[in-house]
Amino acid sequence: MMTAALGKPPFQLDQRRVAQAILLAALVLVAFRGALPAGLVRLPEAMVVPFADWINAAFAFAQDDLGLMSLTRAFSDAVELCLDVTANLLYGKSRWPNVGPIPWVVIAATAGMAGYALGGLRLALLAAGTFVWIAVMGQWKWAMETLSVIVVSVPFSVIFGLLMGVLAWRYRLAERILNPILNIAQSLPHFAYMIPVVVFIGVGPKAGAIVTIIFSVPPMIRMSLLGLRAVSPEIIESGKMSGTTRWQLMTRVRLPAARTEILIGVNQVIMQSLAMVVLASFIGMPGLGQKLLQLLQALKIGLSVEIGITIVLLAIVLDRMSKAWAMKQPEHVEGETWVQRHRLLTIWLGLVALGFLAAWAHPYFAEVERKQALSMAGPIDVVVGGFIDLVDPVTDWLRWFLITWVLIPLRDAFLWLPTSAVVLALAGIGWRIGGWRSALVCLAFVLPIALSGWWDRAMITAYTVFVSVTLALLIGVPLGLMGAANETRARRFLLVCDTAQTFPSFIYLIPVIMLFGVNDVAVVAAVTVFATVPIVRYTIEGLRNIPPEIVESAQMSGASPGQLLRHVKLPLAVPTLVVGANQSIMFALFMVIIAAFIGTQDLGQEMQRALSSTDVGKGLVLGFAVAFMGLLADHLLLRWARSRNASLGSSQS
Amino acid sequence: MTTNDVVISCKHVWKVFGDRPERLNLTPATTLDDLRATNHIAAVRDVSLEILRGEMLVVMGLSGSGKSTLVRCLARLLDVTSGAVEVEGRDIGKLSEPELIELRRKKMGMVFQSFGLLPHRTALENVAFPLEMRGQDRASRIARARDMLALVGLKGREGYFPRELSGGQQQRVGIARSLAVEPDIWFLDEPFSALDPLIRREMQDEFLRLKGMLAKTVVFITHDFDEALRLADRIAIMKDGAVEQIDTPERIVMAPATPYVAKFTEAIDRTRVVHALALAQPVEGRVIEGEPLPANETLHALARRIVGDSRPLIPLVHKGQIAGLLDRKAALDLLLGPVA
Repeated sequence: MMTAALGKPPFQLDQRRVAQAILLAALVLVAFRGALPAGLVRLPEAMVVPFADWINAAFAFAQDDLGLMSLTRAFSDAVELCLDVTANLLYGKSRWPNVGPIPWVVIAATAGMAGYALGGLRLALLAAGTFVWIAVMGQWKWAMETLSVIVVSVPFSVIFGLLMGVLAWRYRLAERILNPILNIAQSLPHFAYMIPVVVFIGVGPKAGAIVTIIFSVPPMIRMSLLGLRAVSPEIIESGKMSGTTRWQLMTRVRLPAARTEILIGVNQVIMQSLAMVVLASFIGMPGLGQKLLQLLQALKIGLSVEIGITIVLLAIVLDRMSKAWAMKQPEHVEGETWVQRHRLLTIWLGLVALGFLAAWAHPYFAEVERKQALSMAGPIDVVVGGFIDLVDPVTDWLRWFLITWVLIPLRDAFLWLPTSAVVLALAGIGWRIGGWRSALVCLAFVLPIALSGWWDRAMITAYTVFVSVTLALLIGVPLGLMGAANETRARRFLLVCDTAQTFPSFIYLIPVIMLFGVNDVAVVAAVTVFATVPIVRYTIEGLRNIPPEIVESAQMSGASPGQLLRHVKLPLAVPTLVVGANQSIMFALFMVIIAAFIGTQDLGQEMQRALSSTDVGKGLVLGFAVAFMGLLADHLLLRWARSRNASLGSSQS
Repeated sequence: MTTNDVVISCKHVWKVFGDRPERLNLTPATTLDDLRATNHIAAVRDVSLEILRGEMLVVMGLSGSGKSTLVRCLARLLDVTSGAVEVEGRDIGKLSEPELIELRRKKMGMVFQSFGLLPHRTALENVAFPLEMRGQDRASRIARARDMLALVGLKGREGYFPRELSGGQQQRVGIARSLAVEPDIWFLDEPFSALDPLIRREMQDEFLRLKGMLAKTVVFITHDFDEALRLADRIAIMKDGAVEQIDTPERIVMAPATPYVAKFTEAIDRTRVVHALALAQPVEGRVIEGEPLPANETLHALARRIVGDSRPLIPLVHKGQIAGLLDRKAALDLLLGPVA
């Protein structure tokens, strides 16, 4: 057997040769573009596959003939019931149980106590401070509209995700089916989720909640599965030897032992929900997102900055608190009496009582009127206005330079490329990286885009992503190198990246609209900023994870710092950096689609049109086109990083 | 050993990992290479042994020798590929799930190498866990768990979580938990391997104390030969999934069955294992002179007196009777090495 494996098979395709041949063919197609038949430059109209019509027909069938409508109705009614309760409690909508609204001081005190219990004094101050800021700035009602949806949607997502995670853990088949669905679901842009929901549910808070639930389930499934897999076999064996039944083993041993991963899943659900709930303003979801959208469209910078700060603060508080909860280790308590053992609970009850008392004594502590609000929009407008006037010559020139010399030529080049050449080139790159299998995967992702008839739009999206990620690399890698200089600085940089990643993507539009107005440059700038974060992060991680012995041995070989970087650190960090670039592309794709509402001509703009005309088929086709672009890049980059890592013999990912 | 009835018996037990191993035809003649050819790995190969009531069997072998797999077959944490494991005469491979759960709730306890404690429960709740599983009421299970923790010397640490305890303390919790249901059969899978040497010694003493108090059938897994010698009634030495020899510590040292066992015992200080009686000759009517030595002490313990004695044959006494005559020259050879 061994000798047979060593001998060369009689016929073998050299991976590199085949790839070169395919790429050469693509090059020939580009070079002789003028002489090509029109069918190779662009897919002929007649060959476009009406995917959208098929999807619409399928949806119509599900809606009318399968009675799916009544199922979704029942589910959405259940959600609405919960929404009414939270809406009443948080901002006093006149629904059952008709006791709200809870005074803002009580909610701020509760947040502060939760922060203290989970992460000590600093988190307590952050949490309570955030709610005080919201109240004092007069944004209470909007923030509570947003929160009331999150409070309902997160438990739904967590329970669905957990159940599906357990299912996937228990049945191989369920996992095999779920895995590709999750891959696509996690690369579908936000808007793609909204269109079907609008069709089935309509618009408003209920639709916002449901789209949020659907959007935030996938990470929960992933993390539950991961957690259940990671429970140490000895803990399970010790459970079995304690005489557990299967149910006891699951509920009292496996799930509690997977607590950390499950709670990290909850953290991801919360963050995804916040991002979605802000965007759900596009389908009539009231709250912070809607306010921000209106203010941005009216170019009221001062007020939108205030709302932006609120969203950012909420994101940080929710992220820190849920992470602290996930990381919190159980600790024993000493104490004789109930009060001693439940010290924090007692203090909280006291604070709540005080809060209600204060609210009863003075209405300011129950609700801050709009006219009492301490808005600084005026001064912010003046400062920002002054700043913009100051940098205007620079931004003006930058805008002119980018549009004339970079963006338009590049866009034209992308659009000029023959479809056939792009398809062939991607197959060639696939073959070079992962053999015929990868080539087929690439074709499977790119051909549907070509056949869907949205090729030009997709190329514009691709060009925007290409420009933005290139800029992100040019900015992010040097920043990462700077950040990795020493451990303290690395930790600080990573904290900033972590925090920046928790912001809902929408937020990044505020500063770029401020600086560049509403045009292509603003889109590219927003996407670039958003896409730089993962690059910085992975550059630092890649450099930091190099084994110290390798660095030391290079130093002892007499390498100068420059040589060390060029010959040792960078080559070893590149696979990690590529993983970062991959994430950066994903981020960029999501952002490009969101940025559509400040005016692009890509898939995102079409998706917004599909949203306003509630065209499910078109919306999903566009969504899949975006997802396939992301998955294509994901496949190529991760595949390359893996084989590179394997050849380096390291296990970093 | 009070009675000589068999508690656990293994009959030609095989545990093979790989693609559908139950289709293989496994006989005592099957070799590792046969299995390797079909991409199977044998963790336990044709093991037959019997464990008597009240006995302490130490299963000993290097890592990968299949000892942990064997004990998991005995507890049916793993199903055997071929052969049978009988506990008190019942083939546990044929038990239904409820019967198996019942067996574990009543008869078996197990201690794990990395403790296997539930991280979200306090020490007390961990010990009470098996009682909770079998539906015992809260008050009585908490009381029982308190007693067990006191027994292993953890009084006052009831409310601590596993991560707040040291390794030795965590293993004490594990031991208390395994004993909470008053099992007849006690499995210990390398219970002290994860502990540092000083704590290990202390825990071994603790273990001997508990074992003396409780009189249970014990299967103890270890890769540490000194530990095996210290604790065992009988030792089973495993290599590549098969039992090379199963015997008393003394016989293992003095009469190794295979070269592998011999190699294992090479570095051992025999005088600490071998009892005087093992080097004795029958009295056969010879005249007994002078003070006899105790027969069930190790040579190491008697060394000073053997060296100081001048008689070529030293009488040995066991339970007030002369048990035999110790050949002084053989004893000195063992103590000091043969004359060069």
